[in-house]
Amino acid sequence: MPDDVNTETEEDFDDEEIDLSALNDDDLRAQMMDDLYDGLADEIAEGTNLFLSRGWGPDKVLGEVLVEGMRIVGIDFRDGILFVPEVLLSANSMKAGMAILRPLLAETGAEPIGTVVIGTVKGDIHDIGKNLVAMMMEGAGFEVFDLGINTDVDEYLEALEKHKPDILGLSALLTTTMPYMKVVIDTLSERGIRDDYIVLVGGAPLNEEFGEAIGADAYCRDAAIAASMATELITERRKAA
Amino acid sequence: MTHTVLSSATKEVVIGFDKPFVMIGERINPTGRKLLAAEMKAGDFSRVEADALAQVAAGAHMLDINAGIPLADEPALLAQAIKLVQSVTDVPLSIDSSIIEALEAGISVYEGKPLVNSVTGEEEVMERVLPFVAKHGAAVVAVSNDDTGISEDPNVRFEVAKRIIQRANDHGIPTCDVVVDPLVMPIGAMATAGQQVFTLVARLRDELGVNTTCGASNVSFGLPNRHNITGSFLSMAIGAGMTSAIMNPLHSEAKTAVMAADVLMGTDANCAAWISEYRDPNAAVGGGRARGGRRRKRE
Repeated sequence: MPDDVNTETEEDFDDEEIDLSALNDDDLRAQMMDDLYDGLADEIAEGTNLFLSRGWGPDKVLGEVLVEGMRIVGIDFRDGILFVPEVLLSANSMKAGMAILRPLLAETGAEPIGTVVIGTVKGDIHDIGKNLVAMMMEGAGFEVFDLGINTDVDEYLEALEKHKPDILGLSALLTTTMPYMKVVIDTLSERGIRDDYIVLVGGAPLNEEFGEAIGADAYCRDAAIAASMATELITERRKAA
Repeated sequence: MTHTVLSSATKEVVIGFDKPFVMIGERINPTGRKLLAAEMKAGDFSRVEADALAQVAAGAHMLDINAGIPLADEPALLAQAIKLVQSVTDVPLSIDSSIIEALEAGISVYEGKPLVNSVTGEEEVMERVLPFVAKHGAAVVAVSNDDTGISEDPNVRFEVAKRIIQRANDHGIPTCDVVVDPLVMPIGAMATAGQQVFTLVARLRDELGVNTTCGASNVSFGLPNRHNITGSFLSMAIGAGMTSAIMNPLHSEAKTAVMAADVLMGTDANCAAWISEYRDPNAAVGGGRARGGRRRKRE
């Protein structure tokens, strides 16, 4: 039984089969960035393995192909050209590449740009936006520890202790749960560890003013901004140190 | 999962509960279109061709072809219209007539597997239509009225539909090749017309697992802003289990309602059809869309 026969829209697509292995490095890189954009996980896995077999290091594949591809996805998401289902497909493709690269990166001891602990706060079970942020940050070269949803302050503290991240990301989608972000930040202050971390907050009901009021380092409007903000603040902090 | 597969010489369309709703273009029908009727009768099929192309461009997955013109040679006109439409588009067709000879003439020139529209529960009609539907391996629309007329009770109509399906089976037509039409009445004349359809469609889905279709525009006959009524009707009918309709895809209210219902029913995978229809074309200036690379189809 043929699938999807009544959903085909062929005009925007190339029907001819593309043989990734026949492409030179430049064309393969360009094609993989398109495939990442189009959310084709199998093709990303295939292309990742191809580059590795051509002697590219895992950090080079990550930086020059996957991260660069996700950067473009992030820009188009921010600009309203791509939408949530599409970005999730792209992120999923990124994951397929990362699954191959991650063990190799660990072997070579290549340093991530930084480490992130992220979670949706207590009382809140929304995670689409938080997952996007996690994936975009991973795409930008961060090591991300995702605590999931409904995270209470003790779970955050435990994860901070364990992973010693550079960045703590807090997400909330409800006006009733966003005050809990302040509880987390206040607890950090009480324990004298607030300044050990860059605290980023985000979620639909938040704004810049709220982020400032609760003592976060920055409010991030969307996933792409979260990833670029993380990179920017961590670079600043390292310069200052 | 019931799949009704229709085809032209080169293209297949599947009607099913796990598939996007199938829009069957209604425009090629001279009933109430004096100009089209006069032209077709005089052998001028230019408007038929234009209507076929416009509906397919607007998103019709199939087209309904009707040549019901009083005092004309309907079998010959229907056959001619079918041949012409099949020469200019590749979507499968619904062959629509209340005259059995016209259905036979249409099916005999058709390339592929058509939807024969329709058979009723009337004894004589069943015994004349079902044999040639079976012989050609076609699918058939079963209209849920019989010798006693159209019942206002959806449970009576359910029994009629069930009887037609059984008779079709007796003639060797599988249940998946029977698409039931619950009969849509104008809501402006009968306040229960909507509820009747929703109740019947839900029973047909839950108890018999059969696909359904209807003449959707009928529901809003005689009302102002009627295309929005048709659109809401379609969304609600899809929610109840309707899987296709003969409708006008050029009416954006109706088409949008169908596309939104596909999203909400989960049959528009990753909301891809919705997004590609409504993505702002002017937004694609900076990033990936503008790069013009070799794009590939998402599986």
